[in-house]
Amino acid sequence: MSRVRLLVGTRKGAFTLTADGTRRDWQVSGPHFGGWEIYHINGSPADPDRLYASQSSSWFGQVIQRSDDGGQSWQPVGNDFTYTGEVGEHLWYDGTPRPWEFKRIWHLEPSRTDPDTVYAGAEDAALYRSTDGGQKWKELTALRTHESGPRWQPGAGGMCLHTIILDPVDPDRIFVAISAAGAFRTDDGGATWQPINRGLRSAQIPDEDAEVGHCVHRLAMHPSRPEVLFMQKHWDVMRSDDAGGSWREISGDLPTDFGFPIIVHAHEPDTVYVVPITSDSEHYVPDGKLRVYRSRSGGDEWQPLTTGLPQANCYVNVLRDAMAIDTLEDCGIYFGTTGGQVYGSADGGDSWAPIVRDLPAVLSVEAQVLP
Amino acid sequence: MIRVVLPPHLRNLAQISGEVSVDISGAVTQRRVLDAIEERYPMLRGTIRDRGTGQRRAYVRFFACAEDLSNEPPDTPLPARVATGEEPFLVVGAMAGG
Repeated sequence: MSRVRLLVGTRKGAFTLTADGTRRDWQVSGPHFGGWEIYHINGSPADPDRLYASQSSSWFGQVIQRSDDGGQSWQPVGNDFTYTGEVGEHLWYDGTPRPWEFKRIWHLEPSRTDPDTVYAGAEDAALYRSTDGGQKWKELTALRTHESGPRWQPGAGGMCLHTIILDPVDPDRIFVAISAAGAFRTDDGGATWQPINRGLRSAQIPDEDAEVGHCVHRLAMHPSRPEVLFMQKHWDVMRSDDAGGSWREISGDLPTDFGFPIIVHAHEPDTVYVVPITSDSEHYVPDGKLRVYRSRSGGDEWQPLTTGLPQANCYVNVLRDAMAIDTLEDCGIYFGTTGGQVYGSADGGDSWAPIVRDLPAVLSVEAQVLP
Repeated sequence: MIRVVLPPHLRNLAQISGEVSVDISGAVTQRRVLDAIEERYPMLRGTIRDRGTGQRRAYVRFFACAEDLSNEPPDTPLPARVATGEEPFLVVGAMAGG
C-alpha cells in the first residue's frame, strides 16, 4: 500500500508526518533543525527521497539543507544567494527607493524530472536555480531586472517570491508570484518575463488596474490543464483560462475573499480549495470557525467544509504554503495553522481530523505519496 | 591554539560539540579566526558574516575577556589571553526575541 509523507515547516523547526494509505494513524518525526525557521521543505517529484529545506534565522541567515534519504539525514548545501549584476532598487513601504537585500528563501520548487535541479524563491524577490543538488545557486536575473522592478514593493510579509510553478508540458514556461508585485511568466526558460496581472484589481494601490503592484498570495494549477490558473490575491479569488493572459474574479459566494493558500484537487481540475480569512487587518478565520471552502465548478460557487474542524473560538490563520494535496485515489488534503495544528482529510475535504495539534506556527506543508 | 565558542545553533549546524580550537600563524585577529573557522566548517559561511560584504551579521556578537569586541575592526589583534588560548573567543547570538 502506498504511504503518505507530509513535510511540515514551522517557525521553530521541521517535522515529517507519515501514514499508510488509509491516512488514519500518523507518526510524527521532529523537530529537525529545532529553533530555526523552516519556511519550506519540498521533495523532488522525480525522486521522493530527495528533499530540500529552507532553514533560516534572523541571527544566522540562510541555510539550505538537502536529504537524499527521505529526511533520515540531512546535509547543508549551498547558501550563496547573490544578486547578479547591478542590484538596483525597489519601493519600500514608505514609497521611497531601497536597494534589493537578500533576506531568506521562501519557497523551493524541485524540477519535475531532475532531482538535482531545484528553483528557489527569495525575499527580496528573486528567482534562483541550482542544477547540482543545491550546492551552487544562480539567479535568473531577468525577472528581478524587469523594467517594472523599481516599482515593486513589499507586502506585509516582505517582498518575497513565494510561488513557483513549473509548467508540466512546456519546460521553458515558469510562473512565479511576488508580494506585492504580482504574477509573472516566462516562456523562454527565464530569459525574459512578462507580468500576467491583467484583470486584477487592488484598491490598495493608486491605479487599481496597474500592470504590477498587486499582492498575489498564491497561484495553483492542475497539471492536466496548465493554461488554467487559480489565484488567491490579497483580496479576491481569481481564475485565468489563458495562462495568466487575463483574469476574472471567482470569489462568488465566499464569506470573505481574503486568504492565503489555494490548491486544486489531484484528480478534479475544477475542484478548488481556499481558506477564507477575516480581512487584511484580522488575519484569522471569520466568526471563530475554521472552514475550508471547496468549489467543484472552478470557482464562483463555494461550499464550506467543516466536519472535524473547530467551529467555535478558533482564531488561526493558514499561510500561503501551508496547504497541500496528495495524489492517492481518494485525494488527501492537508493544511497547517499558525496555531500549530496540522489537519488532514482523506476524502477530498468532506471530513477532517487533526494529525498533530501543538507544533510551532506552521509555515508550510507539502505532501508526498511514497511507494 | 585559539579557542572559539560558537552558539548552540551553529554548533548543531556544523555538528560540533564543545569548543573549537584553531591554529593561526601570525597575528590573531577576528578576521583570521573566523576565516579559519569557516575554512574548517564551510557550512558556517554566511551565518556569522555576510557572504558578500564580510560584515558581521547584525544579530551576531563577539565577546572575549568580558569585553564586547563586536565593533572592533576585524583586523585588530584580539586580546593576548585569546591569542594564547587562556580565554575563548565567543561568538554569540544577540539577546533579541526568538
